[in-house]
Amino acid sequence: MTALSNFITGLPILSVITFLPLVGALFLLFVRGEAEVVARQARFVALWTTLLTFVISLFIWIGFEPGTADFQFVERLDWLPQYRIGYHMGVDGISMLFVILSTFLMPICILASWEAIEKQVREYMISFLILETMMVGMFCALDMVLFYVFFEGVLIPMFLIIGVWGGGRRVYSAFKFFLYTLTGSVLLLVAMLAMYFQVGTTDIPSLMQADFSRDMQYWLWLGMFASFAVKVPMWPVHTWLPDAHVDAPTAGSVILAGVLLKMGGYGFLRFSLPMLPEASEYFAPLVYTLSIIAIIYTSLVALVQSDMKKLIAYSSVAHMGYVTVGVFAANQQAIEGAIFQMLSHGVVSGALFLCVGVVYDRLHTREIDRYGGLANNMPKYAFAFMVFMLASVGLPGTAGFVGEFLVLTGVFQVNTWVALFAASGVILGATYMLFLYRRVVYGELTKADVKEMLDLDRREIAIFAPIIVVVMWMGVYPLPFLDVMSESVQALVSNYQADLKASGATEVTRLGGQLLAFLR
Amino acid sequence: MLFASVFLPLLGAFVAGFFGRMIGDRASQIVTCVCVGLAGLASIPTFYDVAIQGNVQTLNLVTWLQSGTFEASWALRFDTLSAVMVMTVTIVSTLIHVYSVGYMSHDDSVPRFMAYLSLFTFAMLMLVTADNLVQLFFGWEGVGLVSYLLIGFWYKKPSACAAAIKAFVVNRVGDFGFLLGIFAIYFLYDSVAFDVIFDAVATKADARVTFFGIEAHALTITCLLLFVGAMGKSGQLLLHTWLPDAMEGPTPVSALIHAATMVTAGVFLVARMSPVFEYAPDALAVVTFVGATTAFFAATIGCVQNDIKRIIAFSTVSQLGYMFAACGVSAYQAGIFHLMTHAWFKALLFLGAGSVIHAMSEEQDIRKMGGIYRLIPVTFAVMVIGNLALTGVPPFAGYFSKDMVIEATHAAGTGVGNYAFGLLIIAAFLTSFYSWRLAFLAFFGKPRADHHTMEHVHESPLIMTIPLGLLAVGAVFAGFIGYSAFVGEGRPEFWGQAIAPLAAHDSIATVHAHHPPFLLKWLPLFVTIAGFGLAYLMYVKKPEYPARLVAAFPGVYKFLLNKWYFDELYNVIFVRPAFALGRIFWKRGDEGIVDRFGPDGISALAGRAAKRLGAVQSGYLYHYAFAMIVGIAVIVSWFVMGRD
Repeated sequence: MTALSNFITGLPILSVITFLPLVGALFLLFVRGEAEVVARQARFVALWTTLLTFVISLFIWIGFEPGTADFQFVERLDWLPQYRIGYHMGVDGISMLFVILSTFLMPICILASWEAIEKQVREYMISFLILETMMVGMFCALDMVLFYVFFEGVLIPMFLIIGVWGGGRRVYSAFKFFLYTLTGSVLLLVAMLAMYFQVGTTDIPSLMQADFSRDMQYWLWLGMFASFAVKVPMWPVHTWLPDAHVDAPTAGSVILAGVLLKMGGYGFLRFSLPMLPEASEYFAPLVYTLSIIAIIYTSLVALVQSDMKKLIAYSSVAHMGYVTVGVFAANQQAIEGAIFQMLSHGVVSGALFLCVGVVYDRLHTREIDRYGGLANNMPKYAFAFMVFMLASVGLPGTAGFVGEFLVLTGVFQVNTWVALFAASGVILGATYMLFLYRRVVYGELTKADVKEMLDLDRREIAIFAPIIVVVMWMGVYPLPFLDVMSESVQALVSNYQADLKASGATEVTRLGGQLLAFLR
Repeated sequence: MLFASVFLPLLGAFVAGFFGRMIGDRASQIVTCVCVGLAGLASIPTFYDVAIQGNVQTLNLVTWLQSGTFEASWALRFDTLSAVMVMTVTIVSTLIHVYSVGYMSHDDSVPRFMAYLSLFTFAMLMLVTADNLVQLFFGWEGVGLVSYLLIGFWYKKPSACAAAIKAFVVNRVGDFGFLLGIFAIYFLYDSVAFDVIFDAVATKADARVTFFGIEAHALTITCLLLFVGAMGKSGQLLLHTWLPDAMEGPTPVSALIHAATMVTAGVFLVARMSPVFEYAPDALAVVTFVGATTAFFAATIGCVQNDIKRIIAFSTVSQLGYMFAACGVSAYQAGIFHLMTHAWFKALLFLGAGSVIHAMSEEQDIRKMGGIYRLIPVTFAVMVIGNLALTGVPPFAGYFSKDMVIEATHAAGTGVGNYAFGLLIIAAFLTSFYSWRLAFLAFFGKPRADHHTMEHVHESPLIMTIPLGLLAVGAVFAGFIGYSAFVGEGRPEFWGQAIAPLAAHDSIATVHAHHPPFLLKWLPLFVTIAGFGLAYLMYVKKPEYPARLVAAFPGVYKFLLNKWYFDELYNVIFVRPAFALGRIFWKRGDEGIVDRFGPDGISALAGRAAKRLGAVQSGYLYHYAFAMIVGIAVIVSWFVMGRD
């Protein structure tokens, strides 16, 4: 075992897990034969590739040294040395768990698409494998250009997944998704170019050390904010999300909610906070305000939805509101909470979309009113759905609680008003989720076609069982997760505070400082 | 021992919950009853060791949360307060488990029910043995969850589902306050562990902070936030609306959750945090005010309800008010004492009511009962014992605890104490009235049920009557036995550090030091007898009186019957606006503004611009690409110029 693990950790492991899915995708390109056979092959190749990637990625966790804030498993190659742009990969306590999250969700997505996807299966699987490469690469990238390539690269397979294998108004939704995110990305690119011209390198750790003037920070921050806020998504640039979710295939929704939304929060943590501390401090009230609006506004909107996926999509916006509040509260608990919230939301909302997928596969509708009484004929499903619903509500003992609680603990130390408004989400969140559960699962079984629905089959149990275990584990014993991030977050927070102190920032310099003074 | 008494119920719940279908109904019942029963047995030596011998102990399991200086562990803390709670909870729960074997025997999801009961017991035990606020919150939400599951146990009934959601959401409103209270505690003490907080409490006695833009005494605002949580869980005024509806659940649930254990968690929280509350006299005054008001308010409603379980539910709300009133005058011991005795006699009343309902073929309306005391003598006897204990007739359990509560409010000598004293006396009168009204209507007079039902009236089986008998024993003796240790001379040794009010406002000490005047001492008993007399007059001697009274004061009657219209009020000011706002935000906000002027608008604009240029290629892609390019150009030039 140790020999194996030594061997594996001796490899350029980050590159291996980044590009292994791509190898699988290439392999699929050359599969020939009848459509049936190709489809079958494609499913198995994709499943094994993603499973293998997941297993290898676990060695990152095993080999990860939690006692340091430095980047680990670092790989560095010259790429365009004359421009000081390199192939630079590495993970720290902030990014490592996102890599695991991506590789964990991927096999689940493949399994979830096993029967639901019937046309162009090979192309579908290729899209997913490329998507995995892009996601993992993005979380590992330590060079801005590399990051940007992966960050944007994610868009293409996702765009195709929604546009080709989606339903309903899939073309409209795919374009809306593309338009929103690309508009943001363009601004990100501008900001990155400006940073490059100033510092002369695209190396992320070097950029973290760089000093930018206050005015420049504001502009750079806004450029990045445009991109990351769309990804999160923050109110009011969230309207692409419900449409994209509704029309995406189940597995697309899982990845969208599970990983893609985290790219925004990760971006804030990797770029905005460490590189642009003064601007982050200056704009924090803006972020708070938008996040609070997101939490309350989208929770109320979720309450009146009649489409299951839309409801969960809106709940995602509310849950991600905690993340943005936590990131910009910028203390230990709040940031750890925000990271944990992203991880738990990734798992839980992914699982909720899978729950929708289960009934959608059987009845081909997402209308809540078409269901009712599923507890009678689908008790296993009712149980799984219950667990995820409670995790989404943030019940202590499930994954959802830890993130929310730590974020609010941290935020309360910084700003009690923000904590007050954000905490109101615990009431609203409970309301819309319980209301959804009641309408779908509880009640009398009256509709003939709903009566016919069968409980979870083995494949579906294999999908849900690991997620349930993870959700409970994260809730009851979250220490392994918190330990991993602790040092990196501490370094981030102390650098951030030191930078602010050095620059002599005061309360009044905040955006609308006087206006928002009452918020303190 | 400590571990067993908390985790055995979890084991039972696990087995019955996941393997119930496999092992069958009978095995599930046995497993859960045995596990909880063993936990109950294990709690007795623990109680002796901790409360009587004074060996306070904490069993650290594992760290739960750690982030910077924030730390919370999974730990079982056994001091007198938690030992009392653990013993009460496990023993009453065991009896309720056994009773449920009989009561639920015809249900088709027995394992699920037993699993829920055991899971509930576990959550309650985690709550009372927590050594920090976060674990307490875990148990707190845990019991909230299981109560949601149990209220909605008959999930096919829409009313049960609605009641379940209502219970959870209203509790969440309280939890919202509780959470903020936890944050405030951490803000002040940099810890959520009880030991650390209590050791440092005096250092922040005069601290002032600005929370929510209000500069105020730190501990007052903190305690008030915690108390909001307690109000939610214990169904105090403004957050009480869920409790009567919760009677949709099976009757053993009402006994376990809505009488003996969960709803008392709020009182427990205040008692647990008493070292902090002691330094927040203004918050204590609010506790007493809310408690006394609730005691009165709920009793008035109890007088006119017709559903046997709802009457007892309002009685519970009212009695919880007594407990809070006691805590608010620093007589925490009296509050917990009443909590303990109440657990016995209220569980007895609920289970007795269940037995009545069982006998009457699931009829719950007391107007359709009557004349059955000879047919179900055991049930009748235990209900009478329950009533005697509840109304505080010596020497039954309620007499000792309730009198101490009332006397303590008087002894406090504060304005709010006197207010509470007055309302609690009136409430005692009303309690007696509605309790005997229930008994007279249900058991005496002419039978008002139809023939068919009357023919089937039968005493419950032994598996139900034995738990009733044991609870009745508790309802008779619990007060007498506990008096000295809980609120008598033995209380300092008994409670140790768990509850030790500041000498300056130890109102129980005042009660003992100054023997109250004769009239005051016997006033509660006097109003109790008066209440009995009035009920006897109206429902036995002159049964036409109630109708005449209603005719004379229709407005008052309707006001009480509709529970002071709180449900209607909340519906108008919270529920409907929430849905309306949701619709407005969605249709007008997201679709009407953001999308219209955002993506849809831009693409339409681009489309028009493109048309005007006469350069339409085809389809969407062009429009979008065009819009993007224009956007980029604008932004890049803005940025470049902006930098100069």
